[in-house]
Amino acid sequence: MPDTDEIIDVLGGLSLFADLSRPELEGVAHTFEEEWFPAGQRILRQGFTGSGFYVIIDGEAAVSANGTQIAHLSRGDFFGEISLLLGESPVADVSSTGSLHCLVLAGPALQEFLLAHPSVMFRMLQALARRLRASNQWRS
Amino acid sequence: MAELNGKACPPGDYPVVVIGSGPGGLQTAYSLARAGVQAAVLSADDSPGGMFRRFPLFQRLITWTKIHAPAERGTRPYEWYDWNSLIGEDPALRALVPEYMDGTSYFPARHEMEQGLREFSDRSKISVRYGCRWESTRAKGDTFVVGTSDGEFSCRALVIAVGMTEPWKPANIPGIELAPHYVETKPVAEYAGKRVLVVGKRNSGFEVADALLPWARQIVLASPRPARISVLVRSTAAARARYLQPYEDHVLGGGNIVLDASIERIDRTPEGRFRTLLKGTTRPGDLALETDEIIAATGFGTPLGDIGQLGVKTFYQGRLPAQTPFWESASVPGVYFAGSITQGSIGLKKYGIPSNSAAVHGFRYNAVVLARHIAETRFGAARPRPAIPPAEVVPLLLAEATRAPELWNQQSYLAHILTFDDGRVLDEGILPLAHFVDANGPDGVAMAVETDAEGDIHPAVYIRRGPRVEEHTLASSPLLEFDTAEHVAQLTALLKGLIA
Repeated sequence: MPDTDEIIDVLGGLSLFADLSRPELEGVAHTFEEEWFPAGQRILRQGFTGSGFYVIIDGEAAVSANGTQIAHLSRGDFFGEISLLLGESPVADVSSTGSLHCLVLAGPALQEFLLAHPSVMFRMLQALARRLRASNQWRS
Repeated sequence: MAELNGKACPPGDYPVVVIGSGPGGLQTAYSLARAGVQAAVLSADDSPGGMFRRFPLFQRLITWTKIHAPAERGTRPYEWYDWNSLIGEDPALRALVPEYMDGTSYFPARHEMEQGLREFSDRSKISVRYGCRWESTRAKGDTFVVGTSDGEFSCRALVIAVGMTEPWKPANIPGIELAPHYVETKPVAEYAGKRVLVVGKRNSGFEVADALLPWARQIVLASPRPARISVLVRSTAAARARYLQPYEDHVLGGGNIVLDASIERIDRTPEGRFRTLLKGTTRPGDLALETDEIIAATGFGTPLGDIGQLGVKTFYQGRLPAQTPFWESASVPGVYFAGSITQGSIGLKKYGIPSNSAAVHGFRYNAVVLARHIAETRFGAARPRPAIPPAEVVPLLLAEATRAPELWNQQSYLAHILTFDDGRVLDEGILPLAHFVDANGPDGVAMAVETDAEGDIHPAVYIRRGPRVEEHTLASSPLLEFDTAEHVAQLTALLKGLIA
């Protein structure tokens, strides 16, 4: 199993956290909880309150809405942020498709975390902009 | 079961082997026996009690038992207020910890807890083989072979209930080996007049700092993550209110210090003091700290022996096994966990609030559910599922939301579940909520108690219709009364069409 050093190394390699210094990464590694899910486990549940923000550090997951798969996630991807930013329940399920290793931040802690780490907020904004562009291209 | 030398559970073949004689192991073995499944309980200790024979260091637990409670002692609703007793069906086995408390504190002393556990073990006649050390584990066909200091035991289901009791230090701090672990803390008088660094801001760190307040010249608590305080994050896993005196001292400028900093390295000075280099996390900056003493309150891991080689996967830096909602290894079927290890089965963790599976008041119910699950799925002993008259469904569920100790002590984690089968309503009893919402099953309803982002506690109802499960929140109540006319109307409307 990875120790804290390895988790920090993994975090430093993810674009979301690419601008953080090593002590900041250590703070992130200790602020997030580590969770491990077996294959086929539902992690984000459509329509349920109280969800969190997840960053995949190893493994893969599927996003599905009303039973239909709409996206595939892997290492470095994150999920759960849209419902937390909007203060609504998730509009999709996210389930592990193999064993999945994540870092998790409790929903109520996301705003404070992003305000304390503006570079992470900017990187998240970029990722969301890319998703928006892809979805607009798909529609047109 | 006794051998000539008087030891219970001689080596041999058993349906289930339970390793550990703390509250998790005892509750599992007892509940298995009630379900008609024989277990051999193996313990390296010489008497029951598990970690409470040694920890917490400073004598009193952080889980309360209310001697004068709103519910009558010995009843099921009383369990809500008694966080420490195991759950027996016979009245002589119920609410045993308060029997041994002297009434001077809300929190039992360690010896009071140990006495309650010993009484439960003696009165329930659970057979435990003491002084029997678990040494190896291997799979042989569909059985497990457990090698011990007393010989080999084989079983179809293995329950590991050894507690998170192994002192743990992070591997990435040069010099951390110089720092004695929390368990090696010296008698408090030896810290008189000294400057002490405590590494760690969880309960063991605050506990030791609290005990040193009258002695140490200055205490510095340091770890990378800001302290999480139970009353703020609404979790028993965060630092508990009764240990917060050092934190108040820091906040009010009393001279003791709480730092958010990573520990970069620890060295001995030529004078025999400790020199620690720290890097601020929430507030950047380097610090060098010289102290007379240092204590690594860096937590505990699970002494899982060699089960990794069976394929049991772990997380949290190898400190916990990954588990299904029924506390079975996520990677090796037939290996189960009980006691504080069950915190590795995370559940819904709504708003980031974890279950209480790390403490007796949570995991005792996990063990009851686990025993019935093992009996049913491995040994064909079906759980009772009594039919409920449709008119009783709403009153039953609201009574459970108002008084069920399982729902209150394991919020968003254990639920009371009813299923609907061809016009009949079946009472499935208490089950893991994650199992109900994530596994396929018949139409049904699960009642849970939950705390929301504002800290309001309310009943939550999960309704399965076909493949979908929907969540509904019932009204909260300032006096925690969830069986009012408003609740009856809300729940009746939600269940419309499901009950005849």
